[in-house]
Amino acid sequence: MNVPDDLKYTETHEWIRLEGGNARVGVTDHAQAELTDVVYVELPKVGAKVEAKAAAAVVESVKAAGDIYAPLTGTVVAVNEALENDPAFVNTDPYGEGWLFVIAPEAPDEVAQLKDAAAYRALTGE
Amino acid sequence: MVDFGGWHMPVQYGGILEEHHAVRNAVGVFDISHMGEVFVSGPEAKAWLNRLLTNNVDRLSLGECQYTFLLNEKGGVIDDLLVYQLDEGRYLLVVNASMIDEDVAWMRAHVCPGVTVENRSNEYAGLAVQGPRAVTLFDRFFEGKISRPARNEIKRVEMGCMTLFIARTGYTGEDGFELFFAAECAAAVWKAILEKGADLGIKPCGLGARDTLRLEMCYPLNGSDLSPTRTPLEAGLSFYVDLEKPEFIGRAKLAEQRQNGVHHRLVPFKMKGKTPPPRAHYTIFKNGQPIAETTSGTVSPTLGIGIGMAYIPSEFARINEEIEIDIRGRRFPATIEKKPLHKK
Repeated sequence: MNVPDDLKYTETHEWIRLEGGNARVGVTDHAQAELTDVVYVELPKVGAKVEAKAAAAVVESVKAAGDIYAPLTGTVVAVNEALENDPAFVNTDPYGEGWLFVIAPEAPDEVAQLKDAAAYRALTGE
Repeated sequence: MVDFGGWHMPVQYGGILEEHHAVRNAVGVFDISHMGEVFVSGPEAKAWLNRLLTNNVDRLSLGECQYTFLLNEKGGVIDDLLVYQLDEGRYLLVVNASMIDEDVAWMRAHVCPGVTVENRSNEYAGLAVQGPRAVTLFDRFFEGKISRPARNEIKRVEMGCMTLFIARTGYTGEDGFELFFAAECAAAVWKAILEKGADLGIKPCGLGARDTLRLEMCYPLNGSDLSPTRTPLEAGLSFYVDLEKPEFIGRAKLAEQRQNGVHHRLVPFKMKGKTPPPRAHYTIFKNGQPIAETTSGTVSPTLGIGIGMAYIPSEFARINEEIEIDIRGRRFPATIEKKPLHKK
Protein backbone atom coordinates (compact mmCIF):
# COMPACT_ATOMS: atom_id res chain seq x y z
CA MET A 1 0.00 0.00 0.00
CA ASN A 2 1.22 3.46 -0.91
CA VAL A 3 1.66 5.81 2.11
CA PRO A 4 3.49 8.99 0.95
CA ASP A 5 5.90 10.40 3.53
CA ASP A 6 4.92 14.04 2.96
CA LEU A 7 1.26 13.64 4.05
CA LYS A 8 -0.54 13.52 7.41
CA TYR A 9 -3.17 10.90 8.18
CA THR A 10 -6.25 10.28 10.31
CA GLU A 11 -7.26 7.07 12.06
CA THR A 12 -10.31 7.04 9.77
CA HIS A 13 -8.08 6.77 6.67
CA GLU A 14 -8.15 10.30 5.28
CA TRP A 15 -4.96 12.14 4.26
CA ILE A 16 -4.13 15.85 4.16
CA ARG A 17 -1.52 17.72 2.17
CA LEU A 18 -0.61 21.18 3.51
CA GLU A 19 -0.55 23.71 0.67
CA GLY A 20 0.28 27.19 1.91
CA GLY A 21 -2.29 27.77 4.64
CA ASN A 22 -4.80 25.24 3.28
CA ALA A 23 -5.19 21.48 3.59
CA ARG A 24 -6.12 19.25 0.64
CA VAL A 25 -8.06 16.14 1.75
CA GLY A 26 -8.53 12.70 0.26
CA VAL A 27 -8.79 9.05 1.28
CA THR A 28 -5.76 6.80 1.56
CA ASP A 29 -4.72 4.02 -0.78
CA HIS A 30 -5.63 1.60 2.00
CA ALA A 31 -9.15 3.11 2.23
CA GLN A 32 -9.77 3.02 -1.51
CA ALA A 33 -8.65 -0.62 -1.62
CA GLU A 34 -11.10 -1.46 1.16
CA LEU A 35 -13.90 0.50 -0.52
CA THR A 36 -13.09 -0.63 -4.09
CA ASP A 37 -15.11 0.42 -7.13
CA VAL A 38 -16.15 3.91 -6.03
CA VAL A 39 -19.28 4.82 -8.02
CA TYR A 40 -20.46 8.03 -6.37
CA VAL A 41 -18.93 10.81 -4.28
CA GLU A 42 -21.01 13.35 -2.39
CA LEU A 43 -18.90 16.40 -1.57
CA PRO A 44 -19.52 19.33 0.79
CA LYS A 45 -20.39 22.70 -0.74
CA VAL A 46 -17.69 25.35 -1.15
CA GLY A 47 -18.11 27.68 1.84
CA ALA A 48 -19.43 24.93 4.12
CA LYS A 49 -18.05 24.73 7.66
CA VAL A 50 -16.59 21.37 8.57
CA GLU A 51 -15.55 20.12 11.97
CA ALA A 52 -12.62 17.82 12.71
CA LYS A 53 -13.74 14.17 13.03
CA ALA A 54 -17.29 14.98 11.81
CA ALA A 55 -18.67 13.52 8.55
CA ALA A 56 -18.03 15.91 5.65
CA ALA A 57 -18.47 13.76 2.52
CA VAL A 58 -19.82 10.38 1.44
CA VAL A 59 -17.99 7.93 -0.81
CA GLU A 60 -20.15 5.14 -2.21
CA SER A 61 -18.89 1.89 -3.66
CA VAL A 62 -21.13 -0.67 -5.35
CA LYS A 63 -21.69 -2.37 -2.03
CA ALA A 64 -21.86 0.38 0.57
CA ALA A 65 -21.82 4.07 1.47
CA GLY A 66 -18.95 5.30 3.67
CA ASP A 67 -18.62 8.59 5.56
CA ILE A 68 -15.49 10.67 5.06
CA TYR A 69 -14.50 12.67 8.13
CA ALA A 70 -12.92 16.13 8.01
CA PRO A 71 -9.35 15.86 9.36
CA LEU A 72 -9.42 19.51 10.46
CA THR A 73 -11.98 22.16 11.48
CA GLY A 74 -12.43 24.92 8.96
CA THR A 75 -14.14 26.13 5.79
CA VAL A 76 -14.30 24.25 2.50
CA VAL A 77 -12.63 26.41 -0.16
CA ALA A 78 -12.57 23.95 -3.09
CA VAL A 79 -14.08 20.60 -4.06
CA ASN A 80 -13.02 18.13 -6.74
CA GLU A 81 -15.78 18.53 -9.31
CA ALA A 82 -14.13 16.00 -11.65
CA LEU A 83 -15.35 13.24 -9.31
CA GLU A 84 -18.92 13.86 -10.41
CA ASN A 85 -18.15 12.25 -13.77
CA ASP A 86 -15.16 10.15 -12.75
CA PRO A 87 -15.64 8.92 -9.17
CA ALA A 88 -13.17 6.10 -9.94
CA PHE A 89 -10.28 8.60 -9.62
CA VAL A 90 -10.60 7.85 -5.89
CA ASN A 91 -9.46 4.30 -6.72
CA THR A 92 -6.98 4.96 -9.48
CA ASP A 93 -5.20 8.01 -8.02
CA PRO A 94 -6.20 8.50 -4.35
CA TYR A 95 -3.39 11.01 -3.60
CA GLY A 96 -3.69 12.88 -6.91
CA GLU A 97 -6.75 13.22 -9.14
CA GLY A 98 -8.86 11.49 -6.51
CA TRP A 99 -8.60 14.32 -3.96
CA LEU A 100 -11.95 15.30 -2.37
CA PHE A 101 -11.88 18.86 -1.00
CA VAL A 102 -9.65 21.64 0.36
CA ILE A 103 -10.10 23.12 3.85
CA ALA A 104 -8.98 26.52 5.08
CA PRO A 105 -8.26 25.43 8.67
CA GLU A 106 -9.45 27.44 11.64
CA ALA A 107 -7.17 25.79 14.17
CA PRO A 108 -3.90 24.88 12.43
CA ASP A 109 -2.61 23.29 15.66
CA GLU A 110 -5.02 20.40 14.99
CA VAL A 111 -2.46 19.21 12.42
CA ALA A 112 -0.22 18.11 15.29
CA GLN A 113 -2.86 15.56 16.33
CA LEU A 114 -2.70 13.78 12.95
CA LYS A 115 -0.46 10.81 12.25
CA ASP A 116 2.71 10.89 10.20
CA ALA A 117 3.33 8.27 7.51
CA ALA A 118 5.18 5.89 9.87
CA ALA A 119 2.37 5.99 12.45
CA TYR A 120 -0.25 5.46 9.73
CA ARG A 121 1.67 2.51 8.30
CA ALA A 122 1.71 1.02 11.80
CA LEU A 123 -2.05 1.55 12.09
CA THR A 124 -2.78 -0.33 8.86
CA GLY A 125 -0.32 -3.06 9.80
CA GLU A 126 2.26 -2.41 7.10
CA MET B 1 -15.32 -10.82 4.54
CA VAL B 2 -18.80 -10.76 6.06
CA ASP B 3 -21.03 -13.03 8.07
CA PHE B 4 -23.73 -14.46 5.78
CA GLY B 5 -26.19 -16.94 7.24
CA GLY B 6 -23.53 -18.08 9.69
CA TRP B 7 -20.86 -18.39 6.97
CA HIS B 8 -17.73 -16.28 6.75
CA MET B 9 -17.80 -15.19 3.10
CA PRO B 10 -16.03 -12.70 0.83
CA VAL B 11 -18.01 -9.76 -0.57
CA GLN B 12 -15.46 -9.66 -3.37
CA TYR B 13 -12.22 -11.29 -4.47
CA GLY B 14 -10.89 -8.61 -6.84
CA GLY B 15 -13.67 -6.06 -7.14
CA ILE B 16 -17.43 -6.24 -7.59
CA LEU B 17 -17.45 -4.49 -10.98
CA GLU B 18 -14.78 -6.69 -12.52
CA GLU B 19 -16.46 -9.83 -11.16
CA HIS B 20 -19.86 -8.68 -12.40
CA HIS B 21 -18.57 -7.99 -15.92
CA ALA B 22 -16.73 -11.32 -16.00
CA VAL B 23 -20.05 -13.12 -15.46
CA ARG B 24 -21.92 -11.02 -18.04
CA ASN B 25 -19.17 -11.29 -20.69
CA ALA B 26 -17.03 -14.34 -19.92
CA VAL B 27 -17.41 -16.63 -16.90
CA GLY B 28 -17.28 -16.42 -13.12
CA VAL B 29 -17.29 -18.96 -10.31
CA PHE B 30 -19.13 -18.50 -7.01
CA ASP B 31 -18.70 -20.54 -3.86
CA ILE B 32 -22.29 -21.42 -2.91
CA SER B 33 -21.38 -23.99 -0.25
CA HIS B 34 -23.48 -21.97 2.21
CA MET B 35 -26.68 -23.04 0.42
CA GLY B 36 -28.58 -25.87 2.11
CA GLU B 37 -29.10 -29.33 0.60
CA VAL B 38 -32.14 -31.19 1.92
CA PHE B 39 -33.05 -34.62 0.52
CA VAL B 40 -36.69 -35.69 0.62
CA SER B 41 -37.55 -39.28 -0.26
CA GLY B 42 -40.14 -42.02 0.14
CA PRO B 43 -43.31 -43.28 -1.48
CA GLU B 44 -45.27 -40.25 -0.21
CA ALA B 45 -42.57 -37.67 -1.04
CA LYS B 46 -44.25 -36.24 -4.15
CA ALA B 47 -47.69 -35.85 -2.57
CA TRP B 48 -46.17 -34.38 0.58
CA LEU B 49 -44.03 -31.82 -1.31
CA ASN B 50 -47.15 -30.76 -3.20
CA ARG B 51 -48.85 -29.98 0.13
CA LEU B 52 -45.74 -28.16 1.41
CA LEU B 53 -44.65 -26.10 -1.65
CA THR B 54 -46.50 -23.68 -3.96
CA ASN B 55 -45.38 -25.02 -7.36
CA ASN B 56 -46.62 -28.34 -8.75
CA VAL B 57 -44.10 -31.15 -8.32
CA ASP B 58 -46.20 -33.35 -10.66
CA ARG B 59 -44.95 -31.21 -13.53
CA LEU B 60 -41.32 -32.23 -12.94
CA SER B 61 -39.89 -34.88 -15.19
CA LEU B 62 -37.05 -37.00 -13.94
CA GLY B 63 -33.90 -34.88 -13.50
CA GLU B 64 -35.75 -31.61 -13.77
CA CYS B 65 -36.06 -28.73 -11.31
CA GLN B 66 -38.49 -25.93 -10.52
CA TYR B 67 -38.45 -22.73 -8.50
CA THR B 68 -40.94 -22.82 -5.66
CA PHE B 69 -41.89 -21.38 -2.25
CA LEU B 70 -42.26 -22.70 1.25
CA LEU B 71 -45.03 -20.65 2.89
CA ASN B 72 -46.39 -20.17 6.38
CA GLU B 73 -50.12 -20.59 7.11
CA LYS B 74 -50.71 -16.91 6.28
CA GLY B 75 -49.20 -17.30 2.82
CA GLY B 76 -45.99 -15.45 3.77
CA VAL B 77 -42.67 -16.67 2.40
CA ILE B 78 -40.52 -18.75 4.73
CA ASP B 79 -38.09 -19.54 1.92
CA ASP B 80 -37.70 -19.65 -1.85
CA LEU B 81 -35.93 -22.71 -3.18
CA LEU B 82 -35.25 -25.04 -6.07
CA VAL B 83 -36.62 -28.57 -5.96
CA TYR B 84 -34.89 -31.14 -8.16
CA GLN B 85 -36.37 -34.56 -8.90
CA LEU B 86 -33.35 -36.87 -8.69
CA ASP B 87 -35.24 -40.17 -9.00
CA GLU B 88 -38.75 -41.49 -8.70
CA GLY B 89 -39.67 -40.53 -5.12
CA ARG B 90 -36.36 -38.78 -4.40
CA TYR B 91 -35.93 -35.00 -4.39
CA LEU B 92 -33.18 -32.51 -3.63
CA LEU B 93 -34.21 -29.14 -2.19
CA VAL B 94 -31.61 -26.35 -2.41
CA VAL B 95 -32.49 -23.70 0.17
CA ASN B 96 -31.07 -20.42 1.48
CA ALA B 97 -28.22 -20.68 3.99
CA SER B 98 -29.82 -18.46 6.60
CA MET B 99 -33.04 -20.52 6.46
CA ILE B 100 -31.71 -24.10 6.66
CA ASP B 101 -32.61 -24.62 10.32
CA GLU B 102 -36.02 -22.98 10.03
CA ASP B 103 -36.90 -24.80 6.79
CA VAL B 104 -35.88 -28.18 8.18
CA ALA B 105 -37.75 -27.57 11.46
CA TRP B 106 -40.86 -26.62 9.45
CA MET B 107 -40.53 -29.75 7.29
CA ARG B 108 -40.04 -32.01 10.31
CA ALA B 109 -43.06 -30.46 12.03
CA HIS B 110 -45.22 -31.26 8.98
CA VAL B 111 -43.67 -34.57 7.91
CA CYS B 112 -45.91 -37.61 7.43
CA PRO B 113 -45.41 -41.39 7.21
CA GLY B 114 -43.75 -42.47 3.98
CA VAL B 115 -41.51 -39.38 3.82
CA THR B 116 -37.89 -39.01 4.96
CA VAL B 117 -36.28 -35.56 5.32
CA GLU B 118 -32.47 -35.52 5.48
CA ASN B 119 -30.59 -32.27 5.99
CA ARG B 120 -27.20 -32.92 4.40
CA SER B 121 -26.16 -29.27 4.07
CA ASN B 122 -22.91 -29.78 5.97
CA GLU B 123 -21.80 -32.67 3.74
CA TYR B 124 -22.12 -30.72 0.50
CA ALA B 125 -20.09 -27.98 -1.10
CA GLY B 126 -21.56 -26.01 -3.98
CA LEU B 127 -20.07 -23.99 -6.83
CA ALA B 128 -21.91 -21.91 -9.41
CA VAL B 129 -20.16 -21.45 -12.76
CA GLN B 130 -21.97 -18.68 -14.60
CA GLY B 131 -21.53 -16.72 -17.81
CA PRO B 132 -21.58 -17.11 -21.60
CA ARG B 133 -18.35 -19.13 -21.52
CA ALA B 134 -19.58 -21.55 -18.81
CA VAL B 135 -20.47 -24.15 -21.46
CA THR B 136 -16.94 -24.10 -22.90
CA LEU B 137 -15.54 -24.52 -19.42
CA PHE B 138 -17.98 -27.36 -18.74
CA ASP B 139 -16.81 -29.32 -21.81
CA ARG B 140 -13.21 -28.68 -20.89
CA PHE B 141 -13.68 -29.68 -17.25
CA PHE B 142 -15.31 -33.01 -18.19
CA GLU B 143 -13.05 -33.45 -21.24
CA GLY B 144 -16.13 -33.80 -23.46
CA LYS B 145 -17.09 -37.08 -21.76
CA ILE B 146 -20.23 -35.75 -20.10
CA SER B 147 -23.01 -34.09 -22.07
CA ARG B 148 -24.29 -30.79 -20.69
CA PRO B 149 -27.55 -30.91 -18.74
CA ALA B 150 -30.37 -28.97 -20.43
CA ARG B 151 -31.77 -25.79 -18.87
CA ASN B 152 -33.27 -26.61 -15.42
CA GLU B 153 -32.00 -30.17 -15.64
CA ILE B 154 -29.79 -31.93 -13.07
CA LYS B 155 -27.34 -34.76 -13.74
CA ARG B 156 -25.59 -37.14 -11.43
CA VAL B 157 -21.99 -37.74 -12.47
CA GLU B 158 -19.43 -40.10 -10.94
CA MET B 159 -15.95 -38.64 -11.17
CA GLY B 160 -13.16 -40.56 -9.51
CA CYS B 161 -14.28 -41.19 -5.95
CA MET B 162 -16.72 -38.29 -6.09
CA THR B 163 -20.41 -38.00 -6.92
CA LEU B 164 -21.35 -34.65 -8.45
CA PHE B 165 -24.82 -33.26 -8.97
CA ILE B 166 -24.65 -30.80 -11.87
CA ALA B 167 -27.61 -28.54 -12.64
CA ARG B 168 -28.10 -26.04 -15.44
CA THR B 169 -29.35 -23.35 -13.05
CA GLY B 170 -28.13 -20.10 -11.55
CA TYR B 171 -28.91 -16.75 -9.96
CA THR B 172 -27.26 -14.38 -12.43
CA GLY B 173 -29.39 -14.36 -15.60
CA GLU B 174 -26.54 -15.95 -17.55
CA ASP B 175 -26.22 -19.49 -18.81
CA GLY B 176 -24.33 -21.69 -16.37
CA PHE B 177 -24.15 -24.58 -13.97
CA GLU B 178 -24.43 -25.26 -10.27
CA LEU B 179 -22.39 -28.16 -8.91
CA PHE B 180 -23.01 -29.90 -5.60
CA PHE B 181 -20.53 -32.44 -4.27
CA ALA B 182 -18.75 -33.73 -1.16
CA ALA B 183 -17.47 -30.84 0.95
CA GLU B 184 -13.97 -32.36 1.33
CA CYS B 185 -13.41 -32.00 -2.45
CA ALA B 186 -14.36 -28.29 -2.50
CA ALA B 187 -10.88 -26.76 -2.63
CA ALA B 188 -9.68 -29.16 -5.35
CA VAL B 189 -12.70 -28.55 -7.61
CA TRP B 190 -12.53 -24.77 -7.04
CA LYS B 191 -8.85 -24.72 -8.05
CA ALA B 192 -9.40 -26.98 -11.08
CA ILE B 193 -12.23 -24.76 -12.38
CA LEU B 194 -10.17 -21.58 -11.98
CA GLU B 195 -7.20 -23.25 -13.70
CA LYS B 196 -9.18 -24.60 -16.64
CA GLY B 197 -11.01 -21.29 -17.02
CA ALA B 198 -7.94 -19.04 -16.82
CA ASP B 199 -7.68 -18.34 -20.56
CA LEU B 200 -11.48 -17.83 -20.73
CA GLY B 201 -11.13 -14.85 -18.39
CA ILE B 202 -12.68 -16.58 -15.37
CA LYS B 203 -12.93 -14.66 -12.08
CA PRO B 204 -13.77 -15.92 -8.62
CA CYS B 205 -16.86 -13.96 -7.58
CA GLY B 206 -18.16 -12.95 -4.16
CA LEU B 207 -21.47 -11.99 -2.60
CA GLY B 208 -21.24 -8.43 -3.95
CA ALA B 209 -21.38 -9.46 -7.60
CA ARG B 210 -23.96 -12.14 -6.78
CA ASP B 211 -26.19 -9.34 -5.50
CA THR B 212 -25.70 -6.91 -8.42
CA LEU B 213 -26.20 -9.70 -10.98
CA ARG B 214 -29.40 -11.02 -9.40
CA LEU B 215 -30.81 -7.53 -8.89
CA GLU B 216 -30.34 -6.60 -12.57
CA MET B 217 -32.48 -9.69 -13.32
CA CYS B 218 -34.96 -8.78 -10.52
CA TYR B 219 -34.48 -12.16 -8.84
CA PRO B 220 -35.63 -11.72 -5.23
CA LEU B 221 -33.34 -12.24 -2.24
CA ASN B 222 -35.06 -13.83 0.74
CA GLY B 223 -34.78 -11.64 3.83
CA SER B 224 -34.68 -8.51 1.64
CA ASP B 225 -37.33 -8.81 -1.09
CA LEU B 226 -39.18 -11.78 0.37
CA SER B 227 -40.48 -12.03 3.91
CA PRO B 228 -42.90 -13.98 6.12
CA THR B 229 -45.36 -11.08 5.81
CA ARG B 230 -45.34 -10.97 1.98
CA THR B 231 -46.86 -13.57 -0.33
CA PRO B 232 -45.46 -14.74 -3.69
CA LEU B 233 -48.40 -12.97 -5.37
CA GLU B 234 -47.37 -9.66 -3.78
CA ALA B 235 -43.81 -10.44 -4.92
CA GLY B 236 -45.11 -10.79 -8.50
CA LEU B 237 -44.12 -14.48 -8.63
CA SER B 238 -47.50 -16.16 -9.14
CA PHE B 239 -45.96 -18.13 -12.03
CA TYR B 240 -44.43 -20.37 -9.35
CA VAL B 241 -47.70 -20.88 -7.50
CA ASP B 242 -50.21 -23.50 -8.66
CA LEU B 243 -53.59 -22.56 -7.21
CA GLU B 244 -55.14 -25.45 -9.15
CA LYS B 245 -53.67 -27.73 -6.48
CA PRO B 246 -56.46 -28.53 -3.95
CA GLU B 247 -54.26 -27.88 -0.94
CA PHE B 248 -50.90 -26.53 0.17
CA ILE B 249 -49.83 -24.53 3.21
CA GLY B 250 -50.74 -20.87 2.69
CA ARG B 251 -53.12 -21.61 -0.20
CA ALA B 252 -56.19 -19.97 1.41
CA LYS B 253 -54.51 -16.56 1.62
CA LEU B 254 -53.20 -16.78 -1.94
CA ALA B 255 -56.62 -17.80 -3.30
CA GLU B 256 -58.16 -14.83 -1.48
CA GLN B 257 -55.54 -12.49 -2.97
CA ARG B 258 -56.09 -13.86 -6.46
CA GLN B 259 -59.80 -13.16 -6.00
CA ASN B 260 -59.51 -9.67 -4.49
CA GLY B 261 -56.12 -8.47 -5.70
CA VAL B 262 -53.07 -7.45 -3.65
CA HIS B 263 -52.48 -4.14 -1.87
CA HIS B 264 -48.77 -3.97 -2.69
CA ARG B 265 -46.62 -5.38 -5.44
CA LEU B 266 -42.86 -5.88 -5.62
CA VAL B 267 -41.64 -3.90 -8.62
CA PRO B 268 -38.21 -2.86 -9.90
CA PHE B 269 -37.24 0.77 -10.35
CA LYS B 270 -34.49 2.65 -12.12
CA MET B 271 -33.05 6.01 -11.01
CA LYS B 272 -33.17 8.86 -13.51
CA GLY B 273 -29.76 10.29 -14.36
CA LYS B 274 -26.80 10.53 -12.04
CA THR B 275 -27.79 9.92 -8.41
CA PRO B 276 -26.23 8.26 -5.39
CA PRO B 277 -26.89 4.51 -5.46
CA PRO B 278 -30.19 3.55 -3.85
CA ARG B 279 -29.90 0.97 -1.07
CA ALA B 280 -32.30 -1.12 1.00
CA HIS B 281 -34.62 0.67 3.48
CA TYR B 282 -34.67 4.06 1.73
CA THR B 283 -38.06 5.81 1.81
CA ILE B 284 -40.03 6.15 -1.44
CA PHE B 285 -42.25 9.18 -2.06
CA LYS B 286 -45.14 9.71 -4.45
CA ASN B 287 -46.97 13.05 -4.70
CA GLY B 288 -44.95 14.26 -1.70
CA GLN B 289 -46.11 11.38 0.53
CA PRO B 290 -44.03 8.44 1.80
CA ILE B 291 -45.57 5.31 0.23
CA ALA B 292 -42.98 2.55 0.60
CA GLU B 293 -39.45 1.52 1.47
CA THR B 294 -36.87 -0.01 -0.88
CA THR B 295 -36.14 -3.70 -0.25
CA SER B 296 -32.97 -3.83 -2.37
CA GLY B 297 -30.82 -1.32 -4.19
CA THR B 298 -27.47 -0.90 -5.87
CA VAL B 299 -25.82 0.68 -8.84
CA SER B 300 -26.23 -1.57 -11.86
CA PRO B 301 -22.76 -2.26 -13.29
CA THR B 302 -24.28 -3.15 -16.67
CA LEU B 303 -26.57 -0.10 -16.97
CA GLY B 304 -24.39 2.32 -14.99
CA ILE B 305 -27.43 3.59 -13.10
CA GLY B 306 -29.07 3.09 -9.70
CA ILE B 307 -31.64 0.27 -9.53
CA GLY B 308 -33.70 -1.42 -6.86
CA MET B 309 -36.96 -3.06 -5.85
CA ALA B 310 -39.79 -2.16 -3.51
CA TYR B 311 -43.31 -3.17 -2.50
CA ILE B 312 -45.33 -0.29 -3.96
CA PRO B 313 -49.07 0.27 -3.32
CA SER B 314 -50.89 -1.39 -6.24
CA GLU B 315 -52.38 1.90 -7.47
CA PHE B 316 -48.83 3.12 -8.25
CA ALA B 317 -47.22 -0.22 -9.13
CA ARG B 318 -47.34 0.43 -12.86
CA ILE B 319 -44.61 0.55 -15.47
CA ASN B 320 -43.32 4.10 -16.14
CA GLU B 321 -44.85 5.46 -12.91
CA GLU B 322 -42.63 8.22 -11.49
CA ILE B 323 -41.49 7.97 -7.88
CA GLU B 324 -38.86 9.65 -5.69
CA ILE B 325 -36.27 7.98 -3.47
CA ASP B 326 -35.02 9.74 -0.35
CA ILE B 327 -31.24 9.44 -0.13
CA ARG B 328 -29.74 11.12 2.95
CA GLY B 329 -32.52 13.71 3.09
CA ARG B 330 -32.63 14.56 -0.62
CA ARG B 331 -35.18 13.14 -3.05
CA PHE B 332 -34.10 11.76 -6.40
CA PRO B 333 -36.45 10.79 -9.27
CA ALA B 334 -36.91 7.19 -10.37
CA THR B 335 -39.33 5.26 -12.58
CA ILE B 336 -40.97 1.91 -12.11
CA GLU B 337 -39.77 -0.52 -14.74
CA LYS B 338 -40.58 -3.87 -16.27
CA LYS B 339 -38.72 -7.02 -15.17
CA PRO B 340 -35.92 -7.76 -15.83
CA LEU B 341 -33.92 -4.52 -15.66
CA HIS B 342 -31.10 -6.10 -17.69
CA LYS B 343 -32.30 -7.35 -21.05
CA LYS B 344 -30.09 -9.13 -23.50
